[in-house]
Amino acid sequence: MATTVDSVPLGAVEKDAKPRSLLRIALSTFVGNKLAVISLAILILIVLFSFLGPLLYHTNQTATNLVLENQPPSSAHILGTSPTGKDELGRLMLGGQSTLELGLAVGVLATAFGLIWGTVSGFVGGVVDSIMMRVVDAFLSIPFLFFVILLASIARPTLTLIIIVISAVSWLSTARLVRAETLSLRTRDYVSASLGFGAKGSRLIGRHVVPNVLGVLVVNGTLKIADAILTFAALGYLGLSVPPPATNWGEILSGGVNNIFDGYWWQIWPAAVLIVLTVLAVNVLGDALRDVVEARLNQR
Amino acid sequence: MAGYVLRRFGQAIITIFAVSLIVFAVLHALPGGLVRAQLGQKATAVQVHSLEVQEGLLKPLPVQYVTWAWNAMRGQLGFSYKLNESVASLISLYVPRTFILVLVSLLFAIAIAVPMGLWQGFRRNKGDDHALSATMLILYSMPTFLLGVVLIVVLNLWFPVFPSTASDYGTSLMVDARDLALPVITLCLANVSYFSRYMRSAVIDNLLEDYVRTARSKGATNKRILLRHILRNSLTSTVTLLGLTLPYTVSGSLIVEALFNYPGAGLLFWNSAQTRDFPVLLGVVLIIAVLTVLGNLVADVLYGVIDPRVRLR
Repeated sequence: MATTVDSVPLGAVEKDAKPRSLLRIALSTFVGNKLAVISLAILILIVLFSFLGPLLYHTNQTATNLVLENQPPSSAHILGTSPTGKDELGRLMLGGQSTLELGLAVGVLATAFGLIWGTVSGFVGGVVDSIMMRVVDAFLSIPFLFFVILLASIARPTLTLIIIVISAVSWLSTARLVRAETLSLRTRDYVSASLGFGAKGSRLIGRHVVPNVLGVLVVNGTLKIADAILTFAALGYLGLSVPPPATNWGEILSGGVNNIFDGYWWQIWPAAVLIVLTVLAVNVLGDALRDVVEARLNQR
Repeated sequence: MAGYVLRRFGQAIITIFAVSLIVFAVLHALPGGLVRAQLGQKATAVQVHSLEVQEGLLKPLPVQYVTWAWNAMRGQLGFSYKLNESVASLISLYVPRTFILVLVSLLFAIAIAVPMGLWQGFRRNKGDDHALSATMLILYSMPTFLLGVVLIVVLNLWFPVFPSTASDYGTSLMVDARDLALPVITLCLANVSYFSRYMRSAVIDNLLEDYVRTARSKGATNKRILLRHILRNSLTSTVTLLGLTLPYTVSGSLIVEALFNYPGAGLLFWNSAQTRDFPVLLGVVLIIAVLTVLGNLVADVLYGVIDPRVRLR
């Protein structure tokens, strides 16, 4: 986002006598970004909270206990209880597990599928390319939430199904991006050269296209994780969540929102803070990774 | 210009065709078929068969598609047995309300994001730019419903300014304009956070262009450079963004309608999803997608008007 023109003084490049490795440059760009390091730390903390937390803080998340419903925070329940009498802190940990699993899975699935679709479309070209890209256009013009809800209402939602459904709407922009990169790579001299040496399409894709789009893909995939977490929360809020006892932060929030006029703050704000913090950290990390990738490109 | 519009129009037609294929595919992917979905699990084989014959579901798929598409074009989108009303009449009642919601929020979003992005780009990396960028990033990382909840708490619970639930609309297009306030503010803020980011970086890119230096050396003031040169050149990218984000905005309107109980296409869709009223679900998806494609077309034509270079591509 920030212009690198301002921040790098003109003489700086010449002072470095030894050429630095690409990895060193990438690392130093990343570590130089304080916000990115903080975001990474926050994400690690959230992962620990969700997956290690339940081992240290035991709660009963399977039984509904109406005697304990809507209790304010106390020593027994640090963050109070939910509308069904479950411990809120334990619930947030459980919600974090499904959220993080989903984010990572969608990021990987959508990126992999978008990569395949985009490289094939860009490499084969012609009629196949036009058809493949019209399919992407069509899916992109269906407002994704409508499509996701339609798919999720056909079958009973499970975590796997929701992962597949959100991935189904997430790969589209990745495919477009990869296709554009592939098209521009196809005209490069070294690609023509290796074609001239008799390289097959699969070798070209594996050796030249994939390594070249990898940086862009990592950035894109990271931002996809953020979007997926937001969509998952929205689905949870709309009641299309994972089957109990699993839960997600959006579902927890929706329980709190029903009681919004009763002042049960502990049912809303902790879940809200966790969602925003996670998505914010992933977004900042994505932006930082983009700077790293661009720094690498600039060094070439 | 005419050639450009015609070309884009052709693309839109192809996209709409592809969308209709997708909806048709989902229609036939329903577990147990559309008839089972409508009659329920307890229907007898005879009942299922007679409705299948009546709906023409035993004919070859291409024939079914042509019949279905022809009916859809004539506005016959099926019948909702759950709401006992034709899908077309439901859509003509609910979709215009969503249209109002989306249009008003987008207009407000542009009116706020464009000047803000212009200001941020001009004052880049200064304190106020950082503060605004941070605020926008937080807004951007917030689920739409959470933003709505925050607004309910502030503008309804703490300071009772606007109603948090829409009134009963019956069959009228609009009952009370105040009902729109919180939904519009929510949807608008969600878009501002997105648009202003792009506007800011477009302004920064444009400030480095040669024509700015030329204008400056000819003695143009900052105000003139920003308003006469940068604004128009940066607006072009925001207009494309408008078309590209339309599906997201429409998705956002579903959340907002469900949260504020605003009776638009999103709420209709959500309620139908809970009762698994498939004729309505598919009809709404089809119409919403077609309108989105048309909205995209309008944005692209506008883009061509603002930026003459686009027409030649």
